[in-house]
Amino acid sequence: MNRKTLAAAFPHTLPVLMGYLSIGVVFGWMLSAAGFAPTWAAVMSSTIYAGSGQYLGVELLKNASPLGDAAFLTLIINFRHLVYGLSMLEKFRGMGWHKLYMIFSLTDETYALLAGVEAPEGVDEKDFYFTIAVLDHLYWIAGSILGAVAGALITINTEGIDFAMTALFLVIAVEQWQSSARHAPVYLGAAGTLACLLIFGPENGRFLIPALAILVAGLLVMRPRLEGGNKR
Amino acid sequence: MNISQIAALVAVMAVVTFLTRALPFLLFGRGGEPPRFVLYLGRFLPPAVIAMLIVYCYRATSFASLSGWAPGLIAGLAVVLLHVWKKNNMLSIVGGTILYMVLVQVVF
Repeated sequence: MNRKTLAAAFPHTLPVLMGYLSIGVVFGWMLSAAGFAPTWAAVMSSTIYAGSGQYLGVELLKNASPLGDAAFLTLIINFRHLVYGLSMLEKFRGMGWHKLYMIFSLTDETYALLAGVEAPEGVDEKDFYFTIAVLDHLYWIAGSILGAVAGALITINTEGIDFAMTALFLVIAVEQWQSSARHAPVYLGAAGTLACLLIFGPENGRFLIPALAILVAGLLVMRPRLEGGNKR
Repeated sequence: MNISQIAALVAVMAVVTFLTRALPFLLFGRGGEPPRFVLYLGRFLPPAVIAMLIVYCYRATSFASLSGWAPGLIAGLAVVLLHVWKKNNMLSIVGGTILYMVLVQVVF
């Protein structure tokens, strides 16, 4: 990573800078409001590095969830990362030890940037990708520490701040809805999960286990209809 | 919770998150096309999972009293409308959360 690469990469990361600072601040603030020291915000953002995953993490910590529940919920919340990896197989090939970091840091936003940018003339492509990934990670860490410290210093009534997680998922859902012509998976996800919630009850979120099974099974059944034929 | 319990939870989240990102590279990194049904699920599972997670977020909704469902419904609608209108993540998330906080603290 040299100055030239940094100068080339930085402008591309500006939207992520804005986004990560704000979403990171909210995460840090939520964590402080739940009673955890700002150090934990720094640790979580450095090692986990996942927006929605860490919002959920606040809740897991607050409830002192069992490790198995934490693992399962983290798994399904990050399921979509599988898709990102599939489309980055080629791009990360031959990156040596950097590749491990690129995989670790493949968040929604970094994925979106990497999928869309090209290294300018005279700048090493792999180094350019790596620089973008590092910058995004730093923004996220900075935002969370800022929020956590603010949350620890400013004592206002924070009841209801955990709604930020709901808001984040709603935002992702709106964007997915607008970018896809096929909404059957959304209906399936909502209806299947609601049915499991009514049957199994809300405790510990364990109703998500049968719900996930229903979603996968349902999608496989719907495959001929969703994949083939009448593309609108 | 003590420090080691917190650290254990954070470690589990970190390891599982990394695994979800690393899995495609572990399975298909050595060349070769992923099976078609994997690509299919990769495309259609995320929207279904997000819908599932939204239901998860609303799992504590109760219709026994107005305060059990109205704040979440109003703030949720506000987030969706704000985002359709302005397409600004920060505005939708921070705006919706502040509205929700006002609703639960002051209004209901």
